[in-house]
Amino acid sequence: MSDITKQSLSELIKNIKDKKLSSTEVTKAFVERSEKSKELNAYITEDFSAAIDKAKRFDEKPNLDLKLPGIPMAVKDLFCTKNIKTTAGSKILNNFIPTYESTVTQNIWNEGAILLGKLNCDEFAMGSSNETSFFGNVQNPIDKDLVPGGSSGGSSSAVAAQLTPITIGTDTGGSIRQPASFTGTVGLKPTYGSCSRYGIVAFASSLDQAGPMAQNVKDCALLQEVISSYDEKDSTSIDFKRNNYSKELTNNIKGKKIGIPKEYRVDGMPKEIEDLWKKGIDYVKDCGAEIIDISLPHTNYALPTYYIVAPAEASSNLARYDGVKYGFRADGENLIDMYEKTRSEGFGAEVQRRIMIGTYVLSSGYYDAYYLKAQKVRKLIKNDFDEAYKKVDAILTPSTPSSAFKIGEKTNDPVSMYLNDIFTVPVNLAGLPGISIPAGHDAKGYPLGLQIIGKAFDEQNLLNIAYAMEEKINFKNKITDWWIK
Amino acid sequence: MSKDKSEYLINRKDNQYEVVIGLEVHAQVTSESKLFSTSSTKFGAEPNTQVSLVDAALPGMLPVINEYCVKQAIKTGIGLKAKINKRSVFDRKNYFYADLPQGYQISQFKDPIVGEGKVILDMPDGQKEVGIERLHLEQDAGKSIHDLDPKNTFVDLNRSGVALMEIVSKPDLRSPDEVNAYVKKLRSIMRYLGTCDGNMQEGSLRADVNVSVRRKGTKEFGTRCEIKNVNSIKFMQMAIEYEANRQVDLIEEGQSIDQETRLFDTKKNETRSMRSKEDAHDYRYFPDPDLLPLEVSDDFIEKLKLEIPELPDEKKKRFIEKFKLSPYEATILVSDNETSNYFENVIKKSDVKLATNWIIGELFAALNEKNLEITESPISAGNLSKLINLIKDGTISGKIAKIVFENMMEGDKDPKKIVEEKGLKQESDPKALETLIDKVIDDNREKATEYKSGKVKLFGFFVGQVMKVSGGKANPQLVNEILKKKL
Repeated sequence: MSDITKQSLSELIKNIKDKKLSSTEVTKAFVERSEKSKELNAYITEDFSAAIDKAKRFDEKPNLDLKLPGIPMAVKDLFCTKNIKTTAGSKILNNFIPTYESTVTQNIWNEGAILLGKLNCDEFAMGSSNETSFFGNVQNPIDKDLVPGGSSGGSSSAVAAQLTPITIGTDTGGSIRQPASFTGTVGLKPTYGSCSRYGIVAFASSLDQAGPMAQNVKDCALLQEVISSYDEKDSTSIDFKRNNYSKELTNNIKGKKIGIPKEYRVDGMPKEIEDLWKKGIDYVKDCGAEIIDISLPHTNYALPTYYIVAPAEASSNLARYDGVKYGFRADGENLIDMYEKTRSEGFGAEVQRRIMIGTYVLSSGYYDAYYLKAQKVRKLIKNDFDEAYKKVDAILTPSTPSSAFKIGEKTNDPVSMYLNDIFTVPVNLAGLPGISIPAGHDAKGYPLGLQIIGKAFDEQNLLNIAYAMEEKINFKNKITDWWIK
Repeated sequence: MSKDKSEYLINRKDNQYEVVIGLEVHAQVTSESKLFSTSSTKFGAEPNTQVSLVDAALPGMLPVINEYCVKQAIKTGIGLKAKINKRSVFDRKNYFYADLPQGYQISQFKDPIVGEGKVILDMPDGQKEVGIERLHLEQDAGKSIHDLDPKNTFVDLNRSGVALMEIVSKPDLRSPDEVNAYVKKLRSIMRYLGTCDGNMQEGSLRADVNVSVRRKGTKEFGTRCEIKNVNSIKFMQMAIEYEANRQVDLIEEGQSIDQETRLFDTKKNETRSMRSKEDAHDYRYFPDPDLLPLEVSDDFIEKLKLEIPELPDEKKKRFIEKFKLSPYEATILVSDNETSNYFENVIKKSDVKLATNWIIGELFAALNEKNLEITESPISAGNLSKLINLIKDGTISGKIAKIVFENMMEGDKDPKKIVEEKGLKQESDPKALETLIDKVIDDNREKATEYKSGKVKLFGFFVGQVMKVSGGKANPQLVNEILKKKL
């Protein structure tokens, strides 16, 4: 079988189960393609030879009852992996090797998957283009010098370029859905509390959520089924009935009510995004679902709210990187000097900017005006969704206000960079599940995504709608393998 | 001069100053494991051997609340007759220090688990009520050790994450003596409850002491200074005394007092400025997003109420009413659970009055001398009870009992056996005593004649002689009777 890496996850599993392919063959195929794709800079840490060894061991005694039997997989470098360097894209953790495994990755290995390596990302997941990584830019396989989105940019690039059949990312304000949209792939941010945060390097605790990234909705559903679990080690993990999302997947969404929020028609939105959204509405109608106009009145406040809450939490979460216990340490005259030098040299500019914003909004005298007010607005945003869900089953919006942009295009304009998250951020603030599916191309041939937002814990319905739409859209990614010489 | 003899005032020329004190007591929760992790809290382990991934704040590690510590805090709240808050919130207190691995301490700021309560103090001139402002749960930090290396500081994280209860009093205390009584009472209540062992040497109980002074009769509080982290009652008292006088001197000199944090130097017996209000940390408190608000049900609290033992105040009342003890005796005997248990075990089978005297008198003195706790007493409650019965039934005199007691202190021996082995049994056979007395009269003919001629004072001499000859074992009552007849 020549085109192993072109197969979807479901196909690979079937071929392994039918013994048409061995885990070793599959793993070697992805390793070879990854080796040839270094120019994409998708990996921070490769673990290829260990992966092939593991695959061989799997083949000696294959357990084909597992959900991911012998499937190789690279993961975002924000997940702590036992005995494998975990950097969070930062210099400050460049020498950090965890002695423990995150719950989400453990769930994956428990189902038979094999670690290929750790994927590049924005430093501490702070970015929308993967340009803040200490380990350099990631190339979008769609076109040279195009950003793959962020912060899960290594993940989106690797899935789109078929360096890994599937992957996981994390999403604090859009870090799964925006890169999925930029690379023509599918990315799901589950309901807050669905996937354990244990062992994931924290950015903003009340917003962070791990989720699957895949080439299609079915693969995404299967991975969600594997990674979502109640975990006592995470106090914000929620014990709810989790479906067998892939088994229960259906394209029958007849009679479902899909809301179209008028506030998402933002000023200056490119016409092609507007058109894409209209097309999306037609697809939904084609599937037999009903379109209902809704209002989410506080949408305008979501981005500023997010850029108060997330940095506030981050400024505190990142305090532990102080050079004392692990990670990078710069020499200093005394403790304070050591702290200052370690954190000045260890953190990049964007991380430092957010630590400063976060420290500022929590400072006495500013707390009420910023942090407390942001929390109140956050509640209003959540109430908007609660109101909307009295009328609709899900909400359809564009994933991003534009297609992927060029590397360097927005690095000197943080606000325009932040605007990338305008459609995704409200979903994190409300703790809801959201999925981005590829829905078309812009004039340059770059992919564009549509976002479906679901009710809390209603991933099944969300995936069903995405599945039905995917069939109608019949999206084909235009990847030329330009980076392979 | 004040009318009330126990009033603590500082006098300067014509002015009298009252001292206003409030305490923030940090009490380590008695618990096998830490507040948010499963590592052990055992004292005295090798450095950094009781540190989990959570305690060391490794990336991606998350706190999970230890339910037992929550129960302990609520029980303490019940013991302080305080309001239990069914919803409380854990906040992050952000600051950098080498022994604070997370870069923040998880504490409770706006919504503590326990609200207002009270503690009753037994002062020499009566009872005094001290208000409790709040009690909240928080993590302890690790320990920085600066003196093991000339250039480096070593950090021991064994304490990192250990659960503390911060108990904040209202500014109701007025003297070092009241502070002494307050801390002891608080300690006693927590020891009764089993929520804090109160071991000050091991740092299980420390306090920040807030001190201000004001002219006697003034209503407004003066500017306060906070003396940080004082770890013994004696030092608290010394620090207050020094600090109050310092403040009074400043006022007398026409200067103002700066609100500041001070340290007590135990060697020099003085407080020193640590940082001023302007330099105070901005801790940037905000609710910890890794933890949900802590919610407890009425049912949960009611069940804990059933686990509350009889506390010192109630026990004292019972001792006074049931055993007719004086308030003084009762206060001493209920000061800790072990003492009152010992007392109640002794009086199960022996006289209450004698038991009270022997415990408060001989036993406490002997234990004090040997530096032993009541739980380490060489004399068991059962054996003390036997000794008291030997006195009561006349087998031995009180004087002999002291000898037996001393022997018992050497090891938990049965007093009956000691009496038998050493032949200390009281001589109550009239015939044997007559023989003895006859001999004494015979040996002291002259004195006997003097007595008969009216020198009645000499009776005591004869009693003494008989006791001496009998080796103290003669039954004094019988000796009296027989001597009167014979002389």
